[in-house]
Parts: sequence; structure tokens; C-alpha cells
Amino acid sequence: MSVLVNKYSRIIVQGFTGKEGTFHAEQMIDYGTNLVGGVTPGKGGNIHLERPVFNTVKESVDKEGADTSVIFVPPPFAADAIMEAAEAGIKVIVCITEGIPVSDMLKAHKYLQGKDCRLVGPNCPGVITPEEAKVGIMPGFIHKKGTIGIVSRSGTLTYEAVDQVTKAGLGQSTCIGIGGDPVVGTSTLDAVRLLMEDPETEGIVMIGEIGGSMEANAAHWIRENGTKPVVGFIAGQTAPKGRTMGHAGAIIGGAEDTAEAKMKIMRECGIHVVDSPARLGSTMADLIK
Amino acid sequence: MNLHEYQGKQILKSFGVPIQEGKVVNEKSEILKAYDELKAETGTEFAVIKAQIHAGGRGKGGGVKLAKKREEVETIGDEILGMMLKTPQTPGGLDGEGKLVRKILIAEDVYAPDFDACDEIYISILTDRETKSNVIIYSTEGGMDIEAVAEETPHLVHKEIVDPALGLQGFQARKIAFNLGLSGQAFKNMTKFISKLYNAFTGADASLIEINPCLKTGDDKILAVDCKMTVDESALFRHPDIKEMRDIHEEDPTEVEAKKFNLNYVKLDGNVGCMVNGAGLAMATMDMIKLSGGEPANFLDVGGTADAARVEQGFRIILSDPNVKAILINIFGGIVRCDRVAQGVVDACKNIENLNVPIIVRLQGTNAEIAKEIIDNSGLKVRSAVLLEEAAQAVKEVLS
Repeated sequence: MSVLVNKYSRIIVQGFTGKEGTFHAEQMIDYGTNLVGGVTPGKGGNIHLERPVFNTVKESVDKEGADTSVIFVPPPFAADAIMEAAEAGIKVIVCITEGIPVSDMLKAHKYLQGKDCRLVGPNCPGVITPEEAKVGIMPGFIHKKGTIGIVSRSGTLTYEAVDQVTKAGLGQSTCIGIGGDPVVGTSTLDAVRLLMEDPETEGIVMIGEIGGSMEANAAHWIRENGTKPVVGFIAGQTAPKGRTMGHAGAIIGGAEDTAEAKMKIMRECGIHVVDSPARLGSTMADLIK
Repeated sequence: MNLHEYQGKQILKSFGVPIQEGKVVNEKSEILKAYDELKAETGTEFAVIKAQIHAGGRGKGGGVKLAKKREEVETIGDEILGMMLKTPQTPGGLDGEGKLVRKILIAEDVYAPDFDACDEIYISILTDRETKSNVIIYSTEGGMDIEAVAEETPHLVHKEIVDPALGLQGFQARKIAFNLGLSGQAFKNMTKFISKLYNAFTGADASLIEINPCLKTGDDKILAVDCKMTVDESALFRHPDIKEMRDIHEEDPTEVEAKKFNLNYVKLDGNVGCMVNGAGLAMATMDMIKLSGGEPANFLDVGGTADAARVEQGFRIILSDPNVKAILINIFGGIVRCDRVAQGVVDACKNIENLNVPIIVRLQGTNAEIAKEIIDNSGLKVRSAVLLEEAAQAVKEVLS
């Protein structure tokens, strides 16, 4: 078991023939991911990376049974790509694109409500179930199959956590990069809940950052419903108020969305919060062994 | 991207939102001409002179003043234009050095003729992350610090959540006008005002519009007297006119320089500079510097392609800050190979003269061991690390 993606996932790439789409599709195929094709409007009927190109997502669902999509479409068209995937019946939509206008995402989010699908991202590294499916841009080789679920708003900080977990002798069940935007499809709580309910996951690393209330919401849920150890970290303890720190969503608005406030709530809810990002792996190893 | 009051009002006006009219002036010699034009267009006798800087609380520092005669317009305008304005929000606060006023707005007096019959209202629209909707926040207590109002009298601050797909509905606009205690013509004008304001918010891809105060005049007009507007930078591709409004004078010069090279840099007050790939890891690295006994001097995300040219540019930007006593480079190489980054660091170090602060390079990921060898064999006084823990330890040793 794992969550969201596995070796049976039938995955397509939206923005398949573009530079980014091509590069990362190759990497995903090399990892052994079951990539069944891709979509580039106007290029349907071609073969790219030995896989069929479709004009619409619907065609890829009808002809290849696609159920998962990873989106590399440029920002002005990415929200549209998300809605197209949802309409076509894709179940897991992973949007990598950074820089989508917030108003586009608000509309896409409304469009997805009531539809049987889940959006991960945007502005995220994607989702990986090690040794089964890599749906995103993360470096595959640092991952190892195992029992630790990882949830994070960041890219390279997630890789750091993965690497530490692997080096601590543990592996990962599924790593979910939920994205650094202010409005994301899958929240920290959604991702934590998926991993908490996954029988193969034995522990969860939850990495947050300044801005918003997603980590506090997840912490409150964990206090009531948590059954597995959770190690937490919040990036941005030294970030100034009111400045956007790289990620559009990483900005301190008030007293509640500072790293300090979030870490306090997480500790109160029983999460093992580390002050140093260098201690994520070793802390989890101590809890599991 | 933040806008000046006069720019925000210009956008509001283009969406039909009634505003307090005014003229922008850059040169002292233009002050009286602007006033005369304004007087001819609006009939205003008095004029309000307002400093145009990106900071709130301008009135507290003497950046907003009323001129009651033509001569006063000139003397007050002369005084504000070019002053170093200190407000609670400028760097260092009221005791800081302040911000240079490069532009002033000469605005009509909308409180005349019946000052006592005017009511100041607070209205803002922003995107709420929690509900994934747009929210209108409003209060009868305009002209004051809304955070203080919310703290002391929370029942006087109202919220209306707007479905971003459907937009503001008529009943919502009426509810807002009723809750503001308006009736008759003022009520009607407010429902129109709020609808147009919402259109401006979505039409300009704003992430915040704050009208404080919004004025109900003696003759029941509703006007935006001030305007603080922030526009979603990701949406600027579809608003070339708004993109033009960026005022780089309001930004830190080093940050402006960094942006030219697509480096995401935020200046801080500490003594340890850092260069990292990825925003989350960059913040985590700053936190680690603090835990190791230092203070981060900056946030710097070099992004995915950390090649020699970018690393060198990053170095130059960090070194332009005289407080920097050490530099920590933390790169997690996934797609980007660490040996290439290492070569970039070595080349950059050789290209920069007078590079005499200690440098710690932590490279992890693809080809990390080869990268460490390149650094160690370079003959440069650069300390290398592979594990994050080792990098933290190195920072500690360098600072002690």
C-alpha cells in the first residue's frame, strides 16, 4: 500500500512535448513510472518518448485509461489544464507549475469541488511512492521504499528530509509535496490524513513553513485522530514579517502564522517538533526503533 | 506588487469607483499648476497634500496635511516633497531614517462643506487562504487602525465571503450597506460602490485593496479617500499597464539588482550570508544559522540552475552587505549536479577579488562526494560539508 500513486497508476503528462514536460517525463520513465502518454493540444496523433500524444485529456482517459496526470503547462494556462483533467475523469492531478495567478486557482478550486478527484499543488515537486511511481520533479535516487510518509510545502527541503530518512536506515511510503502557493489543492491536513490511514505508513514527517494555518489545522486533527508518531518542522523561524520568502504562500500575515506560533501548536498537539532541519531523520529513527 | 495611493485610485477610477480626485506632482515647480487644475476641475478650495510612499501611517509622520489657501498648498507641498518621511511602517519606525518622498498627491477636500455630516468607513477586500475565497472586511470605524478596532471592538468589524466563481451578489452588497448603517441615497451609492470595488479587485487581479477611509459625504456620496492596493505578481502578464506602475525606488536596491539575475533575495540584519537552492531549504538554512549562534544576513534562493555565473552573482550580492562575516552555501542537488555547482563555486571564488570572509559549502545529492573533492582540492580557503549537521557545526566554528 501507499497513497495517491503506485505502480498501477496510469499516468499522463499535460504539457508533454514542451521542454520541461519532456525532460521530466524522461526522468519519470527512467524511474520505472507507468507513464502511458501525454497531452499537447494540436500535437495529437504523434508519438513522443515512445508514447502516444493526445489533443485532450479525455482522449487519454478513453484510449489509455489514464487516471493520474502531472501538469507542466505554463502559468497562464495551468488552471485550465487542471480543470480539463478533472472534467475528463482524472483522479489524481499533480500540478508542478509555479506562478499561477491566485484568482485562476480560486476558480479552479471551485470547479473541482464535488468532483471525484484530488489536486496536489500547484507549485510543488509532486508525489512519489519509491520504487513504484515518481510523479513529479524530485530526484528519484534519494528515495528508498519504506514506511515513513513525508508531507511538505517545499521542494529541496523535502529532498533534505527524504535523504535524512533514507540515511537513518528508514525509507518512505509516499512523499507528498503539497506546494508553496497560498491556495493549494491538497492541504497539510489532507495529506497527513491520507498517510495516517495508510496501513504501510508507520510514521509521518510533516514540514511546514510560515504563512497560513494549514499546519495548525493538521496539528489539531492529529491531536484528536493521530495513531502514528509525527515529526514536525516549520521553516522560517528567522523570516521577517510581511515579506514573501520565495514561495508565494510563505509570508507572515499576523501573530498566528509565524513559525514560532505554529511550532507551539504542533508541540501542544503531540507532534515531535525539531528546531533544526538537520534532525528530521534522526528524530524519526529514534521514535520508530 | 504594492502600488502607490494615486496608482490604486487610477485603477479604481477605471472601474467606475468614485474616488477623491487629485494630481500627482514630482517637481516642486509643478505644485501650484497642479492645484489650479484641480481647483478648476473639482471646485475644491482646500487641498490635501499626501506623500506617496509605500508605507502606512503617513499622517503620523507629517506626510498628509491640509492646505487652506493657495499659498499654503505651495509651502506644505514644498515641505513634504523631498522630505525623509518617518512613519511606524518605514524602516526603523518613527525613530528610523525614514523614506524619501519623491511624489506627492494634491487631492481635493472631500469633507467640505459639511465636515460634521461626513462618516469615515473602513472597507477592504482580500483573498482568504482558509476559505479559498475573496473576503470583504468592513466597519463603521473608518480612518483608524483596523487591527486595533478588531482587537478592542470585534463586533464592529464585519466579514462577507464572496464566492470567487460567482462574484459578489446583490444581496451581499445590500447587506454590507445595511450593516454600515446607511439609508436613502447613501445606501444606494454604497451598494454600487462596493460592487464596482469588487470588480476592480478581480479585474486588476489584486490580492488586497484597502480603502481607509472610505467616505460618506454630507450629500451622501461614497468616495475612496485613500487606497492601498497590492496586485498578484503572478497575474501581471495579463496587466501590462499595471506592470508599468512598479516603482523600484520603493524597493531595496540590492533586491532590485538580484531580481535582474532572477535571484530571489531578501535583505536581513544578520552576519551570516547564505545562498541556497529552493525557498523552503533557504528558510530552513537561515533558521539553522541562528541555531548555530549566528544571525542570517539574507534570504537568497538561486533556483534550480546554480551555475558559475549565478553563484558569482549571488556572492557579489551577499558581499555588498558589509555586515556579512561568513557565507554558507547550501545546495541540495537533485536535477542539478553537485560537481557542477562545486566548479561554479570555485570559479566564482577565483573571479571575485577581496573575498576574505570564511565560506562554507554544503553540497548534497547527485555527485556530492565528487563535489566535495573539487572544493577540497581547489586550494581555496573554503570549508566543505555534505551533511546538514556538519554545515551547522562549521558555521558554529567559524563564528567562534
